[in-house]
Amino acid sequence: MISVLLLFAPVAAALFVPFLASRLRGIHTGWFVLAVPVLLFIYYMGFLPQVKDGGVHIGELSWIPSYGISLTSYIDGLSLMFSLLITGIGALVVLYSIFYLDKAKERLGNFYVYLLMFMTAMLGVVQSDNMIALYGFWELTSISSFLLIGYWYTRDRSRFGALKSMMITVFGGLMMLGGFVLLYLMGGTFSVRELVSMAPELAEHSLFTWALVLVLLGAFTKSAQFPFYIWLPDAMEAPTPVSAYLHSATMVKAGLYLVARFTPIFAASEIWVWLVTSVGVLTLFWGSFFAVKQTDLKGILAFSTVSQLGLIMSLLGASAAAFHVEGAAETMFKYAGFAAIFHLVNHAAFKGSLFMVAGIVDHETGTRDIRKLGGLMALMPVTFTIALIGSLSMAGLPPFGGFLSKELFLTGMLSLGELDLFAPASWGTVLLVVAWIASVFTFIYSFYFVFRTFTGKHKPDLLPKSAHEAPAGMLISPALLGLIVVAIFFVPNFVGDWIVKPAVAAVQPFMYGSPADVDVHVAAWHGHITPELMMTIGIVIAGLVLYWLLPKWQGAYRIFPEYLTLNRLYDSTMIFAETGMNRLSRSYMNGLIRSYLIYMFAGIVIIVLGSMVVKDAFAVSFEGTAPIGPIEIGLLAVLVASVVTTLIARKRLTAILALGAAGYVVALLFVIFKAPDLALTQLVIETVSVALYLLAFYHLPKLSRHDEKRKFRVGNAIIAAGVGLMMALLAMSASSQKALPSISQFYKDTVYSEAGGGNIVNVILVDYRGFDTLFEIAVLSIAAIGILGMIKLRLSRKGDQHEKQ
Amino acid sequence: MKSSDVIIQTTTKVVFFIIFLFAIHIFFAGHYTPGGGFVGGLLTASAIVLLLLAFDIRTVRKALPFNYTVIIAIGLLLALGTAAASILFNVPFFTHAYDYFNLPLFGETSLHSAMLFDLGVYLVVVGATMNIILSIGSDD
Repeated sequence: MISVLLLFAPVAAALFVPFLASRLRGIHTGWFVLAVPVLLFIYYMGFLPQVKDGGVHIGELSWIPSYGISLTSYIDGLSLMFSLLITGIGALVVLYSIFYLDKAKERLGNFYVYLLMFMTAMLGVVQSDNMIALYGFWELTSISSFLLIGYWYTRDRSRFGALKSMMITVFGGLMMLGGFVLLYLMGGTFSVRELVSMAPELAEHSLFTWALVLVLLGAFTKSAQFPFYIWLPDAMEAPTPVSAYLHSATMVKAGLYLVARFTPIFAASEIWVWLVTSVGVLTLFWGSFFAVKQTDLKGILAFSTVSQLGLIMSLLGASAAAFHVEGAAETMFKYAGFAAIFHLVNHAAFKGSLFMVAGIVDHETGTRDIRKLGGLMALMPVTFTIALIGSLSMAGLPPFGGFLSKELFLTGMLSLGELDLFAPASWGTVLLVVAWIASVFTFIYSFYFVFRTFTGKHKPDLLPKSAHEAPAGMLISPALLGLIVVAIFFVPNFVGDWIVKPAVAAVQPFMYGSPADVDVHVAAWHGHITPELMMTIGIVIAGLVLYWLLPKWQGAYRIFPEYLTLNRLYDSTMIFAETGMNRLSRSYMNGLIRSYLIYMFAGIVIIVLGSMVVKDAFAVSFEGTAPIGPIEIGLLAVLVASVVTTLIARKRLTAILALGAAGYVVALLFVIFKAPDLALTQLVIETVSVALYLLAFYHLPKLSRHDEKRKFRVGNAIIAAGVGLMMALLAMSASSQKALPSISQFYKDTVYSEAGGGNIVNVILVDYRGFDTLFEIAVLSIAAIGILGMIKLRLSRKGDQHEKQ
Repeated sequence: MKSSDVIIQTTTKVVFFIIFLFAIHIFFAGHYTPGGGFVGGLLTASAIVLLLLAFDIRTVRKALPFNYTVIIAIGLLLALGTAAASILFNVPFFTHAYDYFNLPLFGETSLHSAMLFDLGVYLVVVGATMNIILSIGSDD
């Protein structure tokens, strides 16, 4: 219960941010915000001992019990690892942002509200056991990512990037929801835990593959896998702390989380194994290959993130493969799952620090263009050191954490070569070769990133600002992450035991009963030369040679035709959708209310009269009706006369007055039928609306309906007659049918005893059918505010011309 | 709208209060005899419209310096709040409560949470009607 409420702690804290940002301008808002992730981090640390021994914590808060939807906080190894990443990196990012975002120039309130909103959303994604709640939080991460990418909303590129990421990730989210619904149809529950326990039966179901593909679409779009990765490079328009947080360390890993979480359910399918692995390896290669093409520091990191996400994805695929191997826990198949989680942690550390370095370089030199940078090593020694640690870890060199995870990755890929499942065995070998080539490119872009920026010739005249070292506060976060990167190399098994193994046990429950069963020991040197070590040496040699020759072959990227890229496909789809839909809408939305009224009335008449004819629903019976006296006949004659006057009146004023007369006659009819409430309301309504007509009279266009073409008038006459006929038939049917007893008696019986009132009409309004009234006054308010908006907007455009669209 | 009709202006000064008091009476009486928040609100609005017809918009704005948009918001909040308050007492949304009290001056009186909801309706109706009429009327 407490742990569920704590999911919402960041959002609750966000309520105070606007006040802090506007009242306490002297203190950077970030200092207050910092407390939230730090406290949550400490709170989640408290779960470590319990989870290490295979325990889980479940907090539950019922939300919509009738549909089996609840908010849960399910903390096992996997979600705890993610929660620690989210709050830990979150704290460092907030600290970094305090120095990155200027408190005088930036709208800090917005920034931290979005950031805290994201934190809740992301914690919700990783801790929700209920798939509907998971989906809700998932979309909330997309929305907060949209807001953060578009934080500098005056820039075109920011808005474009924000929209692009939103379109692609929300598309994936909807697909995922479809997958969840299918899972619900199969298993009868929204709980992931319960679905895992019935995984064998689910695998037999005919919808299984559909659910699998839909869930994967959600994961692939979120984790920027090929071909959906195109949103991530454009998302780099966000402020750098956001890129470090959302677009490398946490949000883009939500897709990986999803794949890991559903591995126990879907691992039984060969399609899952090969789809996840192949897409992962392809993304790994694609991202690393195109990273070398980039000239923007953050662009390099974006493609590198795409590539590394692919790497982890492929390892998750390989860990699902272990399901199909007998006794996988004793063979080399055991490494893939461990490697996936281990690299996920490593990647969060080194990529976070690299993004912060890119931010520092941008902040202190004014540019991120690698062609203008160079020779910053002497000017920014601390930044250089951090960048070097991060890059070498990314390249997979000792003594950094990345070396260990790269070795484990190669083991995982080697194990695929041994797998004889569904596809020919050679497919595993192909994946291995592609993964090796991708690793070479990873090596190249890592070197390219750090050495092009920090070594070589310094070009001060190309830089907008004169470069200097960043303030100490800005260096704390990346330096801490750099320390973690180094520390992981020296104590990998400590990290393994406390963080990785509990998570692995959650991903591969079919292999391990508890975290202690995960028998993986990480070592930098195995005592002999392993195939992985030889591959690493090969990567280093090939990488060094190719990096040396980079100026000679980098131009080769220009050979790729621009019009064949996925970005171009996205752009043309968007343009087509916009102009196409615009044209379609404009074909019938012509801006004339009378056209819309024609659509509406004709539609209603066709539907109602049509269904009356089809269902043979006419029921006319004059049984039990009251006698019609002379007063009624007289009033009806006046009513008909005034309506006819309205129709044939030459002047608009006459028509308005005649219409008012019709309204008053109706009020009199109500009086005769002893309905004082209705009569009263009708009288006042009529008075107010005649006054309103007279007010609007002045503004009405000088169109006369008597000048319209005959065809138009005949069409209108037919529709009007249709509406009249429909209403008459409806009224007669309503009073003639006796199939259901009238509810009036119930009202009479309960109005005093249950509702404490005497006037049934009013009690219906405020009590029996209070919902209707509530929504009606809401609609009334919307209408009033809408009219106000339309009129005021038109006035201001007429008034001041400088206000542009 | 500029008007300088002495007869209508003098009559309006009296009639306005009669309509307004009648509106309030109808609002309170609505739970037992014809009336209620909706009609009461409309009647109040029509009283103000009468003022508008007799005088001009500027005079009425000065005499009744209300922001009708805010009145709409207050009304909606009141209605929604009354409906939602039942959740706090662990009964379904929109459950009304009432009881009879012996108040000084009034004698035995029924106090009903529906009255608060109806007050919300009243305020929304007044606010919305006046908002529409004023924004159309002042647009020239």
